[in-house]
Amino acid sequence: MRTRADRADLLPWMEHIGTDVMDKVLDADSRFDPSRYDEGDVRRALGSERLGPEDFGALLSPAAEGMIEDIAKKAKTVTRDHFGNSVTMFTPIYTSNYCDNSCRYCGFNRNNDILRARLDPDEVETEMRSIASTGLTDILILTGESRSFSDLEYIGMCVESAKRHFSSIGMEVYPVNSDEYRFLHERGADYVTVFQETYDPETYASFHPAGPKRVFSYRFNAQERALMGGMRGVGFAALLGLRNDWRKDAFCCGMHAYLLQRKYPHAEIAFSLPRLRPCSAHKEDDVSVSERNLLQVAMAYRLFMPFASETISTRELPRFRDGIVNICATKISAGSSVEIGGHSDVKDKGDGQFELSDTRSVEEVRDALIGMGLQPVFNDYVRSDR
Amino acid sequence: MQDDLVIGSKRFKSRFILGSGKFSLEMTDKVIRNGGVEIATLAVRRVNSGGRENVLDYMPKEVTLLPNTSGARNAEEALTIARLARELGCGDMIKIEVVRDSRYLLPDNAETVKAVKLLADDGFVPMPYMMPDLSAARSMADAGAAAIMPLAAPIGSNRGLLTKDFIKMMVEEIDLPIIVDAGIGRPSQACEAMEMGCAAVMANTAIATASDVPAMASAFKMAIEAGRMAYLSGPGRVLEDRGEASSPLTGFLGERDEDEGGPRRPAPVDGAHRD
Repeated sequence: MRTRADRADLLPWMEHIGTDVMDKVLDADSRFDPSRYDEGDVRRALGSERLGPEDFGALLSPAAEGMIEDIAKKAKTVTRDHFGNSVTMFTPIYTSNYCDNSCRYCGFNRNNDILRARLDPDEVETEMRSIASTGLTDILILTGESRSFSDLEYIGMCVESAKRHFSSIGMEVYPVNSDEYRFLHERGADYVTVFQETYDPETYASFHPAGPKRVFSYRFNAQERALMGGMRGVGFAALLGLRNDWRKDAFCCGMHAYLLQRKYPHAEIAFSLPRLRPCSAHKEDDVSVSERNLLQVAMAYRLFMPFASETISTRELPRFRDGIVNICATKISAGSSVEIGGHSDVKDKGDGQFELSDTRSVEEVRDALIGMGLQPVFNDYVRSDR
Repeated sequence: MQDDLVIGSKRFKSRFILGSGKFSLEMTDKVIRNGGVEIATLAVRRVNSGGRENVLDYMPKEVTLLPNTSGARNAEEALTIARLARELGCGDMIKIEVVRDSRYLLPDNAETVKAVKLLADDGFVPMPYMMPDLSAARSMADAGAAAIMPLAAPIGSNRGLLTKDFIKMMVEEIDLPIIVDAGIGRPSQACEAMEMGCAAVMANTAIATASDVPAMASAFKMAIEAGRMAYLSGPGRVLEDRGEASSPLTGFLGERDEDEGGPRRPAPVDGAHRD
């Protein structure tokens, strides 16, 4: 099944932007066969100064698994050349867990019987102030994907509250139209992350049976609409472990970012590295994507797009997070809470989206970075509308 | 011999400008001392005034700060960042960085020219980071730049003087300090830039990625000083592909003008060939 970016898929309120990026990614996906690479291809990729899509494919292939230490050495060198020893620290804030979708792997699934909550403006302000007191200046606002419970005005209110306390404001909310991204940008948001979850339309359809999220192409083109709306940077992710072949989803995710950066050369690019972890709806640990696999993906992103930011999730254990920031990740959350109101106990908490594996405080993560000879960065942005 | 680096109204002995932001803040003081550094750049976006891990807290007081506008995508954003630097007490010297390319981080010369004008009009001492292009450098000089900072190679690449010939043209043609910025990977490359007549060298990644960061700062100091001394000493010519005969090719010419067309000298008596 092919899902082309035509209007037929879109709900009436969904903007059609007539882009061909999705078709190009899906075409690249259909040509990408991880099994056809050998060690020579991986060595060639490691020897290249600038990697192309073929090199990226080789680094994701099974042939690269035996060379993981060589790849790590190169990835670390490239990371240090571009970022020095800096690692940016941030924290997520969940302001609402109401959701219109029914993603089969997600704790916020509208059919799940969990404690729902939405912070009111005073509570949002209290949470923001509490987070700011840790010294962080970079925040990521997250909500469940509900246009009715957390509408555009509500998200705009959260952004305006964040602007009073933080210099860098990212959002991980439901995809919106380009004029709506502009509305949020004008209120102070600069970075938009949207997880495509999986780049295989069939797998996508099976995991996202209901709600606006079921429209693959609208979600796919969110980053482009965000850039059209004036956002400075966009983040990408595939939730590795959904599709039967994680290599293909990682390849598509890299190609998605690569093609969009070629189209919008000024766009700042970020990758997140989620894989399936236990949550209230999905208790058994998904073993299809190992830590070793996840590291391979992270390193392939690094070598393919050396300038891109890479964020490592609190779903991962401290041991793994510390190991990966020493090689290629450049951004790490700290003092995280995925519950609603979890930073300041402002109300009966709403349930979280997933279980954290790294519960370290800002102070603890900072100390761990310094202990590894890395430099924690608390501030890395000057707002243009200051 | 007085040989100061003059930027705007300020004079400096050191010609090694240190970039910060790629090594641990605790190391800053030692690197600056080892490198004999008098000017250090800092990204204004990293300044966390009154907050955690604030780069300003680690800069020795005697160092002149050269805040940069990294993160700016156009002239107006560069001005906003420069004004913030001024509010933070970083002075008026500003390294202008206007970048609209997230892949190679190459500067946008056209927008940089505009930024130079905006900042100069606002009382700053602008030092634009730029692609080495003579016409653009002239425009920046006309717009009020105090120095021109062409890149040697893409930032962070450690690839050395890839743009050497173009930087040379600027050294010859522009009456402002030409400061090589970005891409210098080794002390020998810094030395070469100074031998060419560049006024100073800026380096960051080359030092930050060394195994012994403070020692590499010392190595850069010595290389930059050696290159400067060589430039002032007037380096000897470099022979190109082949050797050159030590006896002049033009020895057949007469020594005085009157030799030309003058009375013929007697032919040598022992010549094998006579006409």
